Amino acid sequence: MSDRQPPSALATAIANNRRSERATRAWLLAPALTIILAISILPLGITIVYSFLTPGTYGGVTWEFSTDSYVQFLFQRDIFDDTLVFNSAYVSIFLRSIGLALGATIGALILGFPTAYFIASKPREQRNIWLFLITLPFWTNLLIRTYAMLLIIRDEGIINIMLMKAGIISSPLTILYTDTAVFIGLIYSFLPFMVLPIYASLEKLDFSLVEAGYDLYANRLKVLFHVIVPLAKPGIVAGCILVFIPALGAYITPELLGGGKKLMIGNMIAMQFGASRNWPFGSAAALILMALVIVVLLVNALAARRGASNNG
Amino acid sequence: MTGTEIAKERKAAVSVRALSKTFGQGDYAVTALDSVELDILENEFFTLLGPSGCGKTTLLRLIAGFELPTEGSISLQGEGITDKPPHRRPVNTVFQSYALFPHMTVAENIGFGLRMLGKPTAEIKQTTERMLALVQLEAMAGRRTDQLSGGQQQRVALARALAPAPKVLLLDEPLAALDLKLRKNMQLELKSLQAETGITFVFVTHDQEEALTMSDRIAVMKSGKILQIGTPRDIYDRPTHRFVADFIGDINILEGTVERTDGYLATVRLRDGSMVSAHLGTASARSGNVSVAIRPENVRLAGAGETPTLTGVVENIVYFGAATNLHLRLGTGEEIVIRNPGAVDEGKYQPGATIGAIMQPDLIRVLE
Repeated sequence: MSDRQPPSALATAIANNRRSERATRAWLLAPALTIILAISILPLGITIVYSFLTPGTYGGVTWEFSTDSYVQFLFQRDIFDDTLVFNSAYVSIFLRSIGLALGATIGALILGFPTAYFIASKPREQRNIWLFLITLPFWTNLLIRTYAMLLIIRDEGIINIMLMKAGIISSPLTILYTDTAVFIGLIYSFLPFMVLPIYASLEKLDFSLVEAGYDLYANRLKVLFHVIVPLAKPGIVAGCILVFIPALGAYITPELLGGGKKLMIGNMIAMQFGASRNWPFGSAAALILMALVIVVLLVNALAARRGASNNG
Repeated sequence: MTGTEIAKERKAAVSVRALSKTFGQGDYAVTALDSVELDILENEFFTLLGPSGCGKTTLLRLIAGFELPTEGSISLQGEGITDKPPHRRPVNTVFQSYALFPHMTVAENIGFGLRMLGKPTAEIKQTTERMLALVQLEAMAGRRTDQLSGGQQQRVALARALAPAPKVLLLDEPLAALDLKLRKNMQLELKSLQAETGITFVFVTHDQEEALTMSDRIAVMKSGKILQIGTPRDIYDRPTHRFVADFIGDINILEGTVERTDGYLATVRLRDGSMVSAHLGTASARSGNVSVAIRPENVRLAGAGETPTLTGVVENIVYFGAATNLHLRLGTGEEIVIRNPGAVDEGKYQPGATIGAIMQPDLIRVLE
């Protein structure tokens, strides 16, 4: 039609400008995108691909598609008639790990909440010293700290010597290489992750709300559960997630303190890439662990949204 | 009727005896309250008035139980509560910051006290509804508190503190955060709420006008001590201390020497030589140098043929509608203010003119 004009020079200039802006933005984003791709997406992609391949005889993989790794997680293939029989070995390792991680999370919460409250109730200028002390262990490698813990809880360790000298026990308590040892180690390793987020939410707590609670006939315990805990909930949830997830995949602690006798997921996965030489199964187990973590995060996100919409 | 006469007739809701509170220790010790004696009566709207740091909030917090006294005792309707924790005192507080629970709805906030007392759900619901109606917030029951305006939050804080039917309601500068117009409304609302519920209100403020408008009785505090307790009229018309006179409203204070006393009256020679007769009140100074005080509205311009009490030079004339203030510089260098109702004759009264003033003799007070 006659009134349809070719784009004006101005419009073209604007379009060009917009295009070049987009190009600049892409260039500026490139380093970050590369890093994300290289350290996060690429390894994950490799893991996913490997989990669907066949194990090589001396480790590594053979490029042959197979879902055996996932099947192996739940079932055992009978050597003779090739039927699948349910195998609880790996599931039970997962359940044990979840149990230990949950226990460690609850333990860390019980220890971490009062600690965070203690710090938050100190005068402002003293708080940084306490926070520094909380983060101090991070200055030492976890492996070394775990060895130190091993020295403390072993049969001839400080705890047993002190208890025996005090005459409370006559023979040493066997803590090392038990679930208790792993449990203590997990709490010790991840306690700061519980304390810091709870402290962050308690620090913002308006103390007059606590006074209002006392004023309105709530005793200490009721104030704690009706006022302080609900207000610190975001910090408590964050702390629990930050402890639960690394505890679930812990490797060093169960390896050293558990004596490698009873496996947690992390050790099992490591074993597949080492002694067992079954990389695809190791990859599959790692992905199942990741799926588990994602489920935990999703449940939390849904709960948070429901909470928000309830309040709104 | 003076404050002490009322005190004899009615029972005390709160009795405070020799109450002291010191914060910190050794060289850093700060005395917030210094042996305070006080009786707050049943069904009374009682105000603690004073500048910041005078100890009024500390006194309130001691009554609430948030602080424990260093010395002295507090009793509630005759029962000692000095060492009881806040949750065992039938006293509720309206906080300056309101301190509404952000994780609860308006209705849950109001019902909190009753819930903690373990009251049955039906009763909590019923009382909450009654309280919502009392503060006219029925429509807001399900709202979160951060969705309310300042005035509404204030009302929720009030309803929450009133819901458990406390024997005494403590209010810590609850109107300070509101804008002027809302504050005026809330002053009247608080006053009628107090009359309606019959609960003893103890109100803390640094706003003298607020105190005068709302209170049955006022205690004026300074540096941890109560200087004067009385009705708003006692405090305004018959201040006992220089500080009280100065803190509440405008006042002229002149120095003088007591010539002789006769019962409640003292004849005082002012520094310019003129003699006035002043009420002694409770002033302990019955001789020597004293300060006498008179409100600007009780000083008038001397008419033609009248003998002025004082003579001075007009320094300033400030007109503000209902009245005109004339600032007069006396021969002794002292300054007094005359409040003249309405405007003054501008031809006659001008800065620099020498004029006479008459102080109404029965309204001059000797101060501590």
